[in-house]
Amino acid sequence: MSEGTPLLQASGISKRFGGVHALEDVDFGLAAGEVVALAGDNGAGKSTLIKIISGVFPPDGGTLFYQGSRVAFANPQDARARGIETIYQDLALADNLDVGANVFLGREPMTRRFGLPVIDRRRMRAEAAMTLDRLDIGLDRLDRPVSALSGGQRQCVAIGRALHWNARVLIMDEPTAALGVPEQRKVIALIQSLKAHGVGIVFISHNLADIFAVADRIVVLRRGTNAGERTRAATNPDEIVRLMVG
Amino acid sequence: MSTTATVAARQSSRVPLLAALAAARAWLFLIVLITVFEIWARVSFGASFVGNLFNLRSVAVFAVAPLLLAIGQTFVIISGGIDLSVGFTMGLAAIVLAHTVNLATPALGTGAGLLVGVAVAVLASMIPGVVNGLLIARLRVPPFIGTLGMYGVARGVAFLLAGGTTVPVSNAALNYIGNGQLAGFPVVVLLTVLALLVLHYLLSQSKFGQYTYAVGGNRAAAVRAGINVRSVTIRLYVLSAVCAGIGGILYTGRFSAGAAQAGEPLLLDSIAAVVIGGASLFGGSGTIVGTLIGALIVAVIQYGLVFINVEPFWQFVAVGVVIIISVLVDQSQRRLGGGRVDE
Ligand SMILES: Nc1ncnc2c1ncn2[C@@H]1O[C@H](COP(=O)(O)OP(=O)(O)OP(=O)(O)O)[C@@H](O)[C@H]1O
Ligand SMILES: [Mg+2]
Repeated sequence: MSEGTPLLQASGISKRFGGVHALEDVDFGLAAGEVVALAGDNGAGKSTLIKIISGVFPPDGGTLFYQGSRVAFANPQDARARGIETIYQDLALADNLDVGANVFLGREPMTRRFGLPVIDRRRMRAEAAMTLDRLDIGLDRLDRPVSALSGGQRQCVAIGRALHWNARVLIMDEPTAALGVPEQRKVIALIQSLKAHGVGIVFISHNLADIFAVADRIVVLRRGTNAGERTRAATNPDEIVRLMVG
Repeated sequence: MSTTATVAARQSSRVPLLAALAAARAWLFLIVLITVFEIWARVSFGASFVGNLFNLRSVAVFAVAPLLLAIGQTFVIISGGIDLSVGFTMGLAAIVLAHTVNLATPALGTGAGLLVGVAVAVLASMIPGVVNGLLIARLRVPPFIGTLGMYGVARGVAFLLAGGTTVPVSNAALNYIGNGQLAGFPVVVLLTVLALLVLHYLLSQSKFGQYTYAVGGNRAAAVRAGINVRSVTIRLYVLSAVCAGIGGILYTGRFSAGAAQAGEPLLLDSIAAVVIGGASLFGGSGTIVGTLIGALIVAVIQYGLVFINVEPFWQFVAVGVVIIISVLVDQSQRRLGGGRVDE
């Protein structure tokens, strides 16, 4: 962990589903501008942990500190309102709407025309274009439905949306899983640029090459418990795999 | 997944002409249709089909009721749902209007009697809409089943209220709305144009319209974006029901009687108008202008077939065939134009 108070700190987190202990006494911390990879075998509890951090459901035990104070999120909107954005591979975008409409979905700016309130589409496009430019995401046209974009471009739009609303923490569950190699590179490059903007990033990945390309720190879970944690400089893929399988 | 999307995007930019043709298909079809009837009329009767004011007016009046059902249905279909109950909601509103106007007119006079009747009829039409909305949004009943059940309920209630027959009504103001003209235009047509403008604004410019598209495009994404999807869904079905109710009111004005079965044959026509107009039954796309063109196509087919003396039952066949073709075109267009059908 870097110096100062962490941006986000989860301590002693437990979660049970019926008889299954999905998480038991798990600790997890994240600093601003830090990229943490969450690694672990299938069913290790990675998704469950990020769902607790992003307000999908409350933990059965343990505490969550965010920006120095204790928090309990009522729902994902609550977490988002405080700057914790989550990007799921599949649920990100409304395919039939254009890029601007997706960036502003649920928070459309209004203007008046002929005295009637109307959605300000020009502003949505202009501001979406500015955000995407800032992240160096080049899209030639913003007025087409996002269904016309490639998987990587869609992922970039989803990330751009989170950033547009000033995310402090960005959580990504397997952001590169469904992408081709060039698109994976694009997303990895984007994660690096977000880090430079001071955003704290948690990402789950089964791809060790991705993990070693961007993570500052790697947290490994095994059957719902902390199996170990290493800075990238002090470890190698073999060690991470050993931690994962125990 | 990603490769499909990429390939589709590339294809759509490679065949812009085809994509443009597909987008304009409703317009093209309308033009072809009118041309065919025009030629037929000139060859068989030596008269013009479109150059005849009476024909134009008839087609417009013909289009009114299906169009009112269709513009509400457009919203519902864009959201990924369907409303099968509109026909009998229209009948329910017609019967309620006839009864209320008959009761209120002697006491309140023509104008106030009509106003009260319209208010009560609109409120009555909202009931099936609210129930549909609650079933679909709260209890997660599939729209097809929920509104099919409501089709039966509204139908039964309408016939019960009507005592099994039509309910004649006499009110000069109502008669004017149904059969009068203003500056040469039928009043029913002018009122329908007004409804079109309002709903076009709502769909294309308001947040409610935007959320209708979002829910149809990706419901989960809409939920995650903080949109109150339940409330949007309930309002969608209420809107559809109120449009049907207004259809029932205009019907009662036109025929000076309310009938429970007023909207019975119109469900097919209204869905036809929406899908011919380019809305997708998969949700996520459609426009009011498209639905207007679709409704005109249906009306031209129906009136045109009458005009050239084809047996009336062929109308159902023609409209049914056109629906199926439209859906097929939509599916192949999605495969071509970057829409993702495979999910
Ligand atoms: N909603 C749920 N209801 C019941 N059990 C659940 C639920 N969510 C997760 N589990 C269980 O909790 C355990 C941890 O699941 P989780 O999804 O967090 O694993 P994961 O590390 O994300 O795995 P993967 O790499 O396969 O995505 C698993 O045994 C899973 O079956
Ligand atoms: Mg998972």
